Amino acid sequence: MKKAVITVLGQDRVGIIAKVCTFLYEANVNILDISQTIVGGYFSMTMVVDITDMKKSFDEAVDGLTAVGEELGLKIKMQHTEIFDAMHRI
Amino acid sequence: MITKNEILETNQMIDDANLDVRTITMGISLLDCADADVDRFNEKIYQKITTYAKDLVKVGDELAREFGVPVVNKRISVTPIAIAAAGCKTDSYVSIAQTLDRAAKAVGVNFIGGFSALVQKGYTESDRKLIASIPEALAVTDFVCSSVNIGTSRNGINMDAVKEMGEVIHKTAELTKDRECIGCAKLVVFCNAVEDNPFMAGAFHGVGEADCAINVGVSGPGVVKKALEEVRGADFETLCETVKRTAFKITRVGQMVAREASKRLQVPFGIIDLSLAPTPAVGDSIAEIFQEMGLAEPGAPGTTAALALLNDNVKKGGVMASSYVGGLSGAFIPVSEDHGMIEAAEKGALTLEKLEAMTCVCSVGLDMIAVPGDTSPATLSGIIADEAAIGMVNQKTTAVRLIPVIGRGVGESVEFGGLLGYAPIMAVNPYSCDAFIARGGRIPAPIHSFKN
Repeated sequence: MKKAVITVLGQDRVGIIAKVCTFLYEANVNILDISQTIVGGYFSMTMVVDITDMKKSFDEAVDGLTAVGEELGLKIKMQHTEIFDAMHRI
Repeated sequence: MITKNEILETNQMIDDANLDVRTITMGISLLDCADADVDRFNEKIYQKITTYAKDLVKVGDELAREFGVPVVNKRISVTPIAIAAAGCKTDSYVSIAQTLDRAAKAVGVNFIGGFSALVQKGYTESDRKLIASIPEALAVTDFVCSSVNIGTSRNGINMDAVKEMGEVIHKTAELTKDRECIGCAKLVVFCNAVEDNPFMAGAFHGVGEADCAINVGVSGPGVVKKALEEVRGADFETLCETVKRTAFKITRVGQMVAREASKRLQVPFGIIDLSLAPTPAVGDSIAEIFQEMGLAEPGAPGTTAALALLNDNVKKGGVMASSYVGGLSGAFIPVSEDHGMIEAAEKGALTLEKLEAMTCVCSVGLDMIAVPGDTSPATLSGIIADEAAIGMVNQKTTAVRLIPVIGRGVGESVEFGGLLGYAPIMAVNPYSCDAFIARGGRIPAPIHSFKN
């Protein structure tokens, strides 16, 4: 399984999860884990997703999510999980 | 499964503390390009470099995008040209530098290192030609970096070369005086040069290396500084532990990127260089680490101790994080590339003499220091000799990258722009060492080099 991490940060508003999940659904990306909190109106979400059968290239997905982020005034990042495994797991 | 806090910690390092992979440097051997005809030699090295490195920039950018960590520089190092070109029947190696420059531009890298000679014990004819070509080569190219190794712990110091390099630095400054003497920013004089260093301007691909290798330099002074903010006032054990842990995490990212780059480029992975390399950006500074440790300015009493513990713990943390560690590995203290060092030098907190003391415990040496334009070649040689002696006796790499700024003096500054930054011109001890430098010959290897 190829996995990626998506992080969303910014001002809270209606429809953030809906928009991000719609994008992922259309790209055939399965969500494995979601964790979301709001602190002082600040929205923070991390998702672990399965990109094995993703219909877009990694590049297109990064661009697409950046565009969704810009539309909502948020910062959305998608990264391969290896960077986190490398840093935090021996 | 990775936790949310771990994800956020990594991304904070990247977004707020300037964690990046400073350079992916492809080392390419040019030994098989040897030819008696310099034009044919140039053609061969151009072909080899542009073939091997054609995807280097693309892969670097891809990795940056996929892992979300900037890969700042993509660079190339080659076999020291004095060795690779030794068979060429020509009087000057300037055309070779121009070829390297063209190749660098063709593949899109921002520096190519290896216009170099290793003369710690003596000169070959080719070494002489290369060294004589350096000032013009650096004046007529943009991306070529040059280095000359003038001493080792094993061989002692070639004082003839030390004398000559003082003159070469001066001439390089003269030839590029209309461009802030930029040539000197691309010229390093080494003692104990390493063969797998990925950082410029001193990178070259040693003759003991494979045909091609990927060496990666990680960085992150900002990350160390942020981590130290959490342990303000704590004792030295805590301080050292924090540096070590942070260095471990930074290096793991570098190791992962290096492995992936080596896989995608189908080139063997060489080493990770654990250096903390600053940039002129705020939050990416070694000086800020000193301040966080409790020094008002770099240069204050305690600075050498602070640098020693920083350097040592960066290595301790980094060594476990990577399967192969090499290069220069430690903390760099370039003056012009670190805003905190620049400010300390401007205030007079940091002097050339204190920097020299600091180089006893840092990973390199007197780096990116602007000195008055009227500093004599012999005085430059004297500074090189001092620095080489520190390296020789302490069995470490030391380097000198000085910029005599023609037409300017103490109190003025020089602006290189970009990663090279700007530097206030620092005072040099005015007393002469002319007669000492004029002696010529070699300083024999120190007694503790005989380890057989």
